[in-house]
Amino acid sequence: MKILTGNDLKSGAVIWWDGQGWSLHVNDAVDVADAGATLIAREEAAQNVFAAYVVDGAKDADGVRPAHIKERIRALGPTVRPDLTLKPADPAAVNWVI
Amino acid sequence: MYKYDNYDQQMVDTRVEEFRDQVRRRLTGELSEEQFRPLRLQNGLYLQLHAYMLRVAVPYGTLSSAQMRLLGDIADKYDRGYGHFTTRQNIQYNWIKLEETPDLLADLAKVEMHAIQTSGNCIRNISSDQYAGAAADEIIDPRPYAELLRQWSSFHPEFLTLPRKFKICVIASETDRAAMRLHDIGIKMVRNAAGEIGAQFYVGGGMGRTPMIGPMIREFVPLDQLITYSEACLRVYNRYGRRDNKYKARIKILVHELGKEEYTRQVEEEFAHLMTQGIEPPIAELERIKIYFVDPAYDTAASDELDLSDPDFRLWVERNTEGHKQAGYVIATVSLKPVGGIPGDASADQIRLMADLARDYSFDELRVTHAQNIVFPHVRKADLYTVWQALDAADLGTPNLDTIGDIIACPGLDYCSLANARSIPVAQKISERFAAKQEEIGEMKLKISGCINACGHHHAGHIGILGVDRKGKENYQLLLGGSEGADTSLGQITGPGFDEDGIVNAVEKATEVYLDKREQGERFLDTYRRIGMAPFKEALYG
Repeated sequence: MKILTGNDLKSGAVIWWDGQGWSLHVNDAVDVADAGATLIAREEAAQNVFAAYVVDGAKDADGVRPAHIKERIRALGPTVRPDLTLKPADPAAVNWVI
Repeated sequence: MYKYDNYDQQMVDTRVEEFRDQVRRRLTGELSEEQFRPLRLQNGLYLQLHAYMLRVAVPYGTLSSAQMRLLGDIADKYDRGYGHFTTRQNIQYNWIKLEETPDLLADLAKVEMHAIQTSGNCIRNISSDQYAGAAADEIIDPRPYAELLRQWSSFHPEFLTLPRKFKICVIASETDRAAMRLHDIGIKMVRNAAGEIGAQFYVGGGMGRTPMIGPMIREFVPLDQLITYSEACLRVYNRYGRRDNKYKARIKILVHELGKEEYTRQVEEEFAHLMTQGIEPPIAELERIKIYFVDPAYDTAASDELDLSDPDFRLWVERNTEGHKQAGYVIATVSLKPVGGIPGDASADQIRLMADLARDYSFDELRVTHAQNIVFPHVRKADLYTVWQALDAADLGTPNLDTIGDIIACPGLDYCSLANARSIPVAQKISERFAAKQEEIGEMKLKISGCINACGHHHAGHIGILGVDRKGKENYQLLLGGSEGADTSLGQITGPGFDEDGIVNAVEKATEVYLDKREQGERFLDTYRRIGMAPFKEALYG
């Protein structure tokens, strides 16, 4: 699947296109197929996101997972500070990255 | 330390308000990201892997306690409770919000700090010896010259759009503690046969994807020609440095391609021309700056006695303190490398504690080191136990300076959008694996970079580790034999890379070869230089 990501303008936070708007959680990401460029143009013009781009991902029983390790770290947060990730209560969250 | 005059303060305050307006226009959509990006970068604001990152300049690594305290407060107020001290003697915050950045910069300006020229193709923050002004072996305090160069290079209209970023280092000791020859310009303050102080110029050093050791191009530049000669070096680079390929745009490539002799000839020619232009600031300006760097009011009756009956304190003193030029004082280094910790990170509370200790016990001064530690430059021996107890209680008393646990590591793929592999987890695993063996191994400079840009100085590590991306997986190359000191050398790659656990095992094998082969008094580096790569390769791949 193709998933669309970018950054929130005010906070810089990593966000994912969920089909209706932007979510902090990669698990909300939807397959944008070949609509990425159109969505990027529209959403960046509306200031809803910046630095947007499309990445490869896959959906399995655990949810949506970007294909490349860099995008997985970007989606979760730093693997060396679990307290700062999107899953601070999950001690095994780093395994999702690796 | 240097204090802003009205001109300095006005310059920084004006820049804050200019950026405040630029941020406002970005948030309202008047500026696109394409338009805004160079503006935010000129103010040290990057977009990193998770958020905006702000890099704050710490000129030649020197901080007052008030500045340090504010850095701690900023970590709480604008970030997530911590900061990261970098290999450029700066501090970075990883979770900055764009809308809050102007207020953050305004807070910094109140203590004479900023983030200007911490990014972009300009002259970056000037680095120096962290023991400047305190070291027993220096011929003079290098910081007034670094400050003069800072003033010259700040907003220098000719050098704001160089072919590539430009880093200058100034030292004044025979012992190079600042990796001087791995800078675009390395300046060593020296004394000539007549006893006069001047500057020795090394140009074209650097790390990155093409590491080079800067050759000396001028043995002695008189003090009243320091800026003019620097300007000549920059002008030749600005004129002929490559702009067609960013990977070949650093001055080291120009010096290498022209050859040291031809580059030097062109610099001397430009220098002769510039000498007719009267661009050198009056020597009185240097004298004005020097006043800010006079020695603090040492207690000349301070005792040289030190009670070392506490074995933990003794270990820390032996490992983390250095002789001072003033009797009764020491230079104390605070390791930001607790066992299993994140190199260079400090919490807001730790930063404020170090600020308080510097205020009370180090004449209000601290230094950031390029090895990502903090220095109290002037601690009375009589106060040292009190300082250590406070540090130890805050997890800042790790006795591991210059050992295998004192690892330089870039933020790597955990934070950096340029990285290919994580650096910090490797550092943590090595730190834990070798915690009990660090004393046996002795002096060891281990440096880890998460990509070829080499922010973790892996080329200059006795053991260097370079993280790469191998078909979407992290892979780590091992280098041996690098050094950044007076005996500067570049590490050599051992062979095929390793995975994360494999690189930790590889480091262990390399240290075992050293422990097996070393002769009396040899450091790892000495043994490597004596026996060469072959025994290490045999242990690693045989």
